[in-house]
Amino acid sequence: MNQPEISFQNVSKSFVHHNETVRVLKNITGEVQKGEILTIIGPSGSGKSTLLSLCNLLITPDEGEVRVQGKEVREWNAQELRRRVGIAFQSPPMLAGTAFENLSLPAKLRGKELENPEQYMEYVGLPKNLLTREAKELSGGQRQRLSLARTLVNEPDVLLLDEITSALDANAARGVEDLIVRINRERHTTILWVTHDLAQAERVGDRVFLIIDGKLIESGPAREFFAGPQTEEAKQFLAAKRESQ
Amino acid sequence: MNLITVLLSFSFVMIALFLSAGFKLGLGRDLLVTSIRAAIQLLIVGYILKAVFGFDRVWVILLMLLIMIAVATGNAAKRGKGLPHIFWNIFLAITISEAVTQAFLLGLKIVPATPQYIISISGMIIGNSMVIANLFLNRLKGEINMRKDEVALVLSLGGSPKQAIYPVLKQSIRASLIPTVESQRTIGLVQLPGMMTGQIIAGADPIQAVRFQLLIIFMILSAASLTAIILGFLIYPRLFNKDQQLDIAAWK
Repeated sequence: MNQPEISFQNVSKSFVHHNETVRVLKNITGEVQKGEILTIIGPSGSGKSTLLSLCNLLITPDEGEVRVQGKEVREWNAQELRRRVGIAFQSPPMLAGTAFENLSLPAKLRGKELENPEQYMEYVGLPKNLLTREAKELSGGQRQRLSLARTLVNEPDVLLLDEITSALDANAARGVEDLIVRINRERHTTILWVTHDLAQAERVGDRVFLIIDGKLIESGPAREFFAGPQTEEAKQFLAAKRESQ
Repeated sequence: MNLITVLLSFSFVMIALFLSAGFKLGLGRDLLVTSIRAAIQLLIVGYILKAVFGFDRVWVILLMLLIMIAVATGNAAKRGKGLPHIFWNIFLAITISEAVTQAFLLGLKIVPATPQYIISISGMIIGNSMVIANLFLNRLKGEINMRKDEVALVLSLGGSPKQAIYPVLKQSIRASLIPTVESQRTIGLVQLPGMMTGQIIAGADPIQAVRFQLLIIFMILSAASLTAIILGFLIYPRLFNKDQQLDIAAWK
């Protein structure tokens, strides 16, 4: 098998909360191949977002190793790593200023001008005339698309997506989902996608991680996982989720 | 003014004490402690100054300045408790502001190089710088907590810690200077500055007193800006850990 794009080796992470140490991730081991879409599912607070943030060193693991393209995250130049491994959040933060100013931020951080903002807008399905609008005035769906376009300006090899469609209405969510799948197909961008929407995870994922209480309960090809989960915890989780959705 | 007159002026505090008791404001203790404390501190300083002026030695002046800066730093450093090297960062910022301002004043012979001038003017520079350092740290902490997402966004897009914190830093520096700038705006229209009042009471020509006050205003504006800017740039690397993550958990 090829060198994985991202691999986790015995990764643990704890946070101190109100003077109490909470172990958020416990001995996670797993990998993602180049060009794959990995969906990460599990109950709220199970450590999914933390796992994402470890991949571009927005959080540092306490134990174990996280490797990106074979190199441990702490050996990377942090800025270089974060350009190659982009992240998008559930409610994308926008800086004060126009959509154009937000879109061109990654280029500006490298001391460059963004030459073709219209192309990025078109790619993510936003009309060009929004470029001059205040970013904070855009709708949730537009902001999410703009934030994805902004991340794409760095031409990342890997995209980390943290519940990016969960604050959107069904229509907008489906639009953003199609966009991500297109980015994956056209650019061979590896995608780690945290979602609470099981149907979405099944639709888009090549592989899936189920994380419960900080532990990687089950991982495998998405189709097999959803057709016949192996572990008792996974069966219970899927049953409970399907009942509620 | 003799000591008896000063004691008589204490009756002003008595008015405040009676009012506090009458309206049950609960200020009595604070008023009393503050007044007695101010009296003791200033009387001691008066005697020390008298001695220092009498000595007229460079090392005595420098020692006096060092003590003043150290006390001011200690006060401002409380706002940055938990940040690494915070004491020395503030110390350096105030010292540079003081040194640059005094170098101008003495170098261009704007004021004579006598202990009277150097120490009194330094008191104003250092005191103001201390207030600015306090305001700056207070504001910086608030801004960071409010704009954490923005800082994280820039970092996540491959920005350096400096790029990520710069807008926050700029805002905090500006905000910390607002009171200084604002208070100079109405100067003379609402209240006469303390030093000018003092000079006029002591019999100086008001025009002379105004000229001197102008000097002080310009000096304070420049020292205040210097302190905030230097402190800002000394402090920002301490807000990030070695993995270039915003980390202010230790900042109490």
